[in-house]
Amino acid sequence: MSVPILNASGCLDALAAPEVARSLDAFVTKTITPEPREGNPPVRIAETEHGMLNSIGLQGPGIDAFAATYLPRLGELGVHIWVSVGGFSAEDFAVCCARLDSESTVAAIELNLSCPNVDEAPETSAELVAAARAATKKPLYAKLSPAQWDVAAGARAVVDAGADGLSLVNTIRGLALDPATLRPRLARAVGGYSGDALRPIALACVYACANAVDVPIVGMGGVSSGLHALELVAAGRAPSRSGRASSRIRSRPRA
Amino acid sequence: MIRLRRSRLQPGTPGQFFMLEAPGRPLPRPFSLCTAPTGELGFLVEPLGAGTTAIAALDAGDEIHVTGPLGRGFDLDVERPLLVGGGIGVAPFPFLSERLGAPPALLGFRTAFHAEAAALVPNATVVLDPVLVTDALPNDPGDVLACGPEAMLDALAGVVPDAQLAREAPMACGFGACYGCVVERGGRYVRLCLEGPVVRGGTHGSPTSPFLTVRGADDGPWAPAGQSPAPPAKARATDNAGGTKERR
Repeated sequence: MSVPILNASGCLDALAAPEVARSLDAFVTKTITPEPREGNPPVRIAETEHGMLNSIGLQGPGIDAFAATYLPRLGELGVHIWVSVGGFSAEDFAVCCARLDSESTVAAIELNLSCPNVDEAPETSAELVAAARAATKKPLYAKLSPAQWDVAAGARAVVDAGADGLSLVNTIRGLALDPATLRPRLARAVGGYSGDALRPIALACVYACANAVDVPIVGMGGVSSGLHALELVAAGRAPSRSGRASSRIRSRPRA
Repeated sequence: MIRLRRSRLQPGTPGQFFMLEAPGRPLPRPFSLCTAPTGELGFLVEPLGAGTTAIAALDAGDEIHVTGPLGRGFDLDVERPLLVGGGIGVAPFPFLSERLGAPPALLGFRTAFHAEAAALVPNATVVLDPVLVTDALPNDPGDVLACGPEAMLDALAGVVPDAQLAREAPMACGFGACYGCVVERGGRYVRLCLEGPVVRGGTHGSPTSPFLTVRGADDGPWAPAGQSPAPPAKARATDNAGGTKERR
C-alpha cells in the first residue's frame, strides 16, 4: 500500500526548505487570501503540555502577488502543488479559485473553510464550496473544523456542494494562560490548537466522514510518526499528512 | 553550558541560532551559539521554563535533534566593536568575541552571582544593578553589538541608533514556515527567524511601540529565505567535559 504524504498548510515553506518539499507527494501552500494580509499581532504562538496554540491570522501576499511571484518558483520544485485558499465571503473564495483555475502549476485547491483565527464568512461552508466550484474545474478539497457536533453532516453538505475531497482536520480553538498573571499568552487570546492532543479528535472526524461520504480524505492532526499516519489511514483509508509535526521533521535526521 | 558534538552542523556566524530539541516538549527551542571549539557546539542554557529545564537536564551521551545555523547573525565588518549585553544575553558573546579578536565588552547583571557568566567573555567590564549598561557606555561607543533583555536593547537603540541588536521572540519552526515569531517593522510583520535575530536599532515589535528597523531587509512579506538551512543532524551531548558548570 502506498500512502501519499503531504504537509499541512502553513507548516512548511517550500521555498525556504525545498529539499523537504521535494520529499513530499504534494506540497500544500500556506493559505492565500484575495488581498495581502499582515496577520495577527504577536504573541502568535504558545506551547502547551500536549501541543501548541497558533494565532497567525493568514499572513500572506494576496492571490495576485502569490500567483505572479511565488507560484512560478513553486512550479520549479518539481512537486505537485496544492494551493490553500481562504477568505471572508463566498466572493473571496470565488476570486481566489478563478485566479488559480488557469494555472497549470496548481494540482488542487484546498478550501480553508475553518481557520480558527480570523472572522468567519457569513455563508455556510456548503455555500463557500459552491462559490468555489463555480469558479474552477480544479479538484477542490474542503478543509473542515473538528469543532462541530456532526462533522459527517458537514462533510455531506460540502460534497453535495461540489467538493472533490476532504481535508480533516483544521486546528481547534484553545486558550492558554500565563500561570503567573492568568492572562492569555497569545495577543488575541484564543488560537488554533494542534499537536498530540488533536490526534484522537482528527481520527474520530476521519472515521465519521469516511463512513458518510465517498470521496478522498486527507487526514491530519498531531501526526509526528509513521504510526500516527497509519492510524489515520486505518480510520478512513485516507492519505495522511503531518501538521505541526512537520516542524519536527525539520529537526529529524534525514539519513 | 550544554556541549554537543557537532555531527554535520557548522557553527555559522555569531548571533545566528540553532533549534534544539527539548526532550518531552512539543516544540524545539532557539539558542544562539555560545562557544565553537573544534568538533563541538556550546550553548548557554538557563533552566527557566519547561523546555530549558529539559535541555539543561541532558546527560552525557544523550542525543537531541538540532537544526542550524539559522537566521542572520552579527555583521562582523566593524571597525571598533564594543559588545554590550547582560544576563543570559551574554550567550553569543564568547563566540562573537573570538571571531572579533577579543574586543572590549560591557556587561550588566542583576547580582554578582549572575555576573559569574562574565567569566566567559574576555576583556569585559561588568556593572551591577542599579547601574545600567547605558549609564556606563563611553561617549563614543563605536560599533555596538548587543544582546540582552528586550528593555536593555530598547534603551540601547535609543542611545546608539545603529547598534546591532540580537532580539528574541517565541519560535516554533525557526526557518520561516510558521510566521509565529514576527516582529513589527514599518507597519508590517516580519519573521525574526529570517530577517533577524540580529537587527539594527528600532524596538521590539509590540503593536504600540515604534517600528522595528531590520538590517538589510527590504524584502516584502513572504520573502524567501536567502538560502536553505543545512539538513538537520543529530548531535550528541559530549562526554568530554571542560571547566565551567558542564551539563553532560
